[in-house]
Parts: sequence; C-alpha cells; structure tokens
Amino acid sequence: MENTIQTIPQNWYLLLSAFLFCIGVMGVLMRRNAIIILMCIELMLNSVNLLLVSFSAYKGNSDGQVFVFFIMVVAAAEVAVGLALLMSIYRNVASTDINVLNKLKW
Amino acid sequence: MSQTIFFILSALTIISALGVLFAKNPMYSVLSLIACFFTVAGHYIMLNAQFLAIVHLIVYAGAIMVLFLFVVMLLNLNAETEPHKTSKIKFAAVIAGGILFLTIIASLKAGIPGAYHLPVKSNIGLVEIIGQKLFTDYLLPFEVSSILFLSAMIGSVLLAKKEKR
Repeated sequence: MENTIQTIPQNWYLLLSAFLFCIGVMGVLMRRNAIIILMCIELMLNSVNLLLVSFSAYKGNSDGQVFVFFIMVVAAAEVAVGLALLMSIYRNVASTDINVLNKLKW
Repeated sequence: MSQTIFFILSALTIISALGVLFAKNPMYSVLSLIACFFTVAGHYIMLNAQFLAIVHLIVYAGAIMVLFLFVVMLLNLNAETEPHKTSKIKFAAVIAGGILFLTIIASLKAGIPGAYHLPVKSNIGLVEIIGQKLFTDYLLPFEVSSILFLSAMIGSVLLAKKEKR
C-alpha cells in the first residue's frame, strides 16, 4: 500500500502508539495478577514497535525495522524467563497476586 | 480508503487493548491481547513492513501468547481467584495513565512534522532488504541475540524445574 504514507499523517500513528503505551502503563498500575502485568508490558513493547515501524516507513529507512526485529527477540526471551519465574513463584506461594510477594519491600 | 482502514484497525486495537485491562477472567485478557496483536500486524502491513508483520504474527500470536495461554490454564486462574485492587487504586491508575498520555501529547505538539512528502520507498519492509541489513550492518547483534536465546532457554528450564527436597 504505497498511498498509506501519503494519505495518513504520521501524527496519527504517534497518537495511537502513545495511547497504547498509556493503556499498558494503566494496566501495570491497575492489576494485581502478575501474568496480566506481564501482558501489559508486552502491550507497551508493541506500542514502541509500532512507533519504530512508522518512523522507518515515513523516513524510507529500514534500520528501524531491524530494531523492531531485535525488540521482538528480546521480548520472546523475556516472556519465557518471566513465565518460568511465575511458575516457580506459584509453586511456592500458590498465588500470582503481587501483594503476596512483598518480602523484598521495605 | 487507507484512512478508513487505519481508523477501523486503530479502533479495534484500542478496544482489544482495553479488553486486556478490564477483563475479569485472565483467559479473556489473553484472548483480547491476541486480537490486539493481530490488529498491530495489520498496521505493519499498512506501513509496508510485510516481513515484520509475518514475524510479529509468528512470534507474538504464535509463540508468546500460546505460552501465556498454557500458563493461565496450568495455574487454573479464573475470575473467582482473580485478585482485585480497590476502586480507589483503579481510579488513581486511570488518572495517572491519563496524565502520562496528556504529557506525551503536549510534548508531541511542540515539533512534529506532518506527513513526509518525500519520494518514499515502498520496498523497505521486504525480506531481501531486511536480510541484507541484518547480515551486514547488524551481524554482531544478530549473533549475540542467539546467545541470549540460548541462555533464556536454559534459564527458563532451570527456573521452571521442580526442586527436589
């Protein structure tokens, strides 16, 4: 779709990804289930990816898309380790509520 | 035409992202996050990033979300066991997110270029171009990310293993 870049101003993509990022922040602040918090972090990573892809498309430079590729790689590794941690936490305290995990809080 | 597609995709993206937040059952959160990822892949196709759209679908919707679904099912989470914060904290979270959004918008207002009226190349998202970049300019990060994957794999297996007492 070559006419996308001509007909849609880039501000709209900026607004959309800012809004998605804020939704992710709200989710992290609002929910207590650790799995949902991990999912909201994924949402934030996605909004940043969308922003990078839009800049890369509007500048005509593919470096941004390579960065998005690496962000995806890191996100996949992060989710695998995070979910494994959650599993072992659940095995110990039988809950994914983050308010139970306050041993490191002072 | 592409403006209509953009608005429909954006509305779907925002609705499904809000669904992640406000769903009572964690399973519904996971499902609406999958919908959100599909619409973001639609945005990538609109922006001439075809390779990334496919990778996004395979990695996120195919691998990560299946992992999330498995964990939600394995831990047997549902709406009854779901912990909830008080409505005061929820209200505060919404206000904080709104203020963050306002700050970002206010900072965008200062100096944002509108549409670029350059001769835009439309082939930058194809596998050929990305692959050439990846294996020439970004070869070292590419190799390092394979080591990252290996260590993440070993780490997650070790963490999720049951300890013998």
